[in-house]
Amino acid sequence: MPALVLLAPTLAAVVVALVPPGRVARAVSVAAALVVLGGGVVLGARCAGGRVEHALGGLVRVDALSALMIIVIGAVATLATAAMGRTLASGTDRISRRRAREYGALVQVFLAAMLGAVVAANLGVVWVMVEATTIATTFLVGHRRTRAALEASWKYVVLCSVGIALAFLGLVLFYFASAHTGAGPHAASLDWTSLRRLAPHLDPNVTRVAVGLVVIGFGTKVGLAPMQSWLPDAHSRAPGPVSALMSCVLLTVALYAILRVKVIADLALGAGFVRTLLLALGLLSLAVAAALVVAERDLKRLLAYSSIEHMGLLALAVAAGTPLAVAAALLHVVGHGLTKSVLFLGAGEVHHAESTTTIAEIRALLRRQPGLGAVMAAGLVALAGFPPFSLFASELAMFRAEVAAGLGWAVGAALVALVVVAGALARTARGILLGPATPVARPVPVRALAPLVAALVACAVLGIVAWPLASLLHGAAGVLG
Amino acid sequence: MNGLDDGLLDLASVAVLALGVAALWRRDVRALIGLLRAQGVALALVASVEALSAHDVGLGATAVLVLALKAGAVPWVLGRVAARDPGAREGAPLINVPSSLVLAAALVGLAVVTGAPLARLSSGHAAALAPLGLATALVGYLVLVTRRRPLSQIVGLIIIDNGVALVTFLLTSGVPLIIELGGSLDVLLVVVVSATLVGAMRARIGADELDELEELRD
Repeated sequence: MPALVLLAPTLAAVVVALVPPGRVARAVSVAAALVVLGGGVVLGARCAGGRVEHALGGLVRVDALSALMIIVIGAVATLATAAMGRTLASGTDRISRRRAREYGALVQVFLAAMLGAVVAANLGVVWVMVEATTIATTFLVGHRRTRAALEASWKYVVLCSVGIALAFLGLVLFYFASAHTGAGPHAASLDWTSLRRLAPHLDPNVTRVAVGLVVIGFGTKVGLAPMQSWLPDAHSRAPGPVSALMSCVLLTVALYAILRVKVIADLALGAGFVRTLLLALGLLSLAVAAALVVAERDLKRLLAYSSIEHMGLLALAVAAGTPLAVAAALLHVVGHGLTKSVLFLGAGEVHHAESTTTIAEIRALLRRQPGLGAVMAAGLVALAGFPPFSLFASELAMFRAEVAAGLGWAVGAALVALVVVAGALARTARGILLGPATPVARPVPVRALAPLVAALVACAVLGIVAWPLASLLHGAAGVLG
Repeated sequence: MNGLDDGLLDLASVAVLALGVAALWRRDVRALIGLLRAQGVALALVASVEALSAHDVGLGATAVLVLALKAGAVPWVLGRVAARDPGAREGAPLINVPSSLVLAAALVGLAVVTGAPLARLSSGHAAALAPLGLATALVGYLVLVTRRRPLSQIVGLIIIDNGVALVTFLLTSGVPLIIELGGSLDVLLVVVVSATLVGAMRARIGADELDELEELRD
């Protein structure tokens, strides 16, 4: 089953690269995403109780945490690929047809790389896959080939490559430390299970440098401040479906790598070191997001800053580190994934219909395009953290767990940031949703909105009853405990 | 490991750092690419000395891979991009050459301090050289942030990567081959991707001076 999950997007990438863009390519893309989602659900059911599945000669290792990540990737990928055909303004000339093929294939490569990262047994392979996501997404960010899009992808590839080089250096130091544990040089390994076994014997001084480098390195890719500056540009210039995939899963895949390393670091150094590091990065991210979101005039950049905010919230919960905090953080990953993809895809539709994402130029969506307007309204309400959506439940649970872990002061700071961002979201919602109606050039068809409505409903259901995921969430938190 | 091996290792490791520092004052893009090629050779030398003294076939294969990639493919790709823009020179760097050399010296000091626990953990001669790799990576970062041309920035990126590779060879005699292969492929692809991007930017923006890239500011 893990092999099937990896194979689906890989095959789809080949097919989409070969067939002309159109209905077949779109169907294959969506089908691959659905296979991933289905595979994730099956694996989740199998692994929730603590079972671990291996495949491909031990290279692949799937536990409850991996399964949860596969489900999130599958869900967001399904939404994104379903919307791809529309937001992709494909002309009929040869160049734009070729570009549409490239685009479809790269999205599948991107998915395969993210899946590879979350199922890899070896931290070195996780690193290779995270780096592969950078390569696949660089051209996706620059897809529109406008000056701004090219600049955004340049900034993205340079900053993330530096970050990822630091992470590699950190992993090399882990490998070095594992060769000097007293178990002999043959014990040297980057295999997560072996490292976890060796962790209590790792040299604390080397491990401290290693963990710092890995957290900063992968943290660049998570979009944690002060390494966040690529994120708003890349998210706002990429086509809607790509923004959705980046914001909702790419960032959390990088966070997943930090989670895995944290397990080893805590065993080697005690919980204090990573906790301090993540608290600092998390609080700084919340502060940066709150400061910059206030004056933001572009809808997609606003959403990007909100992603930085949510990554900051996740960093705080991971810093608290109790099983409840981690389970809540993982529910937050799911809820953020669903909500933010709805908003980025909705923003893509807005861009398609109105040819702008500047907040001041979008007016009266609720009257002019009632369907799209309602979806955006519900999405913004969910993102601001109101019930019944699951972000409310997960934020509440994270805060309670953090207070219980003695981090009440951090919760206070987070709440301030949360209120500021919610204010900015409310102002935006008023601006783009209300106002006098004017005629609309390209109304959005209902069938394009159906997947978005389904995602919002799923998010609300998860907010009211977490039962479909509860055992998996606790299983995943147990993996990290 | 005998004295000759140790001497070669010293020489090659110092060469990797020295070539990185040299990139701070050369402005001609073609000269920068030449420096990268030489750095690739020095790096491959480090790997082969380690491979020979440890009789490690996997590491020998890595040395060949490093030579092909860092002294061959990567400079070749960059050379092709540079050839489309003959006579290209870096404009004034953001920090002048003397100050950047002083900064580089400070970074080397920082690397020695950071690297101290590494040298303490292993009694080997090679591990004692590991701070040179850290210093190279830091110098590469300095090249990256003080240069404006995209191509020179890629050079900075590769110097960082070479520094990390030097640490890898000196400390651990290389990571497992599969990670080395994956990592090398990634490096090559990053270079190809960014080179392509430079081409696209040149076509779209004309003069690809990154100081004109002002549109995306927070």
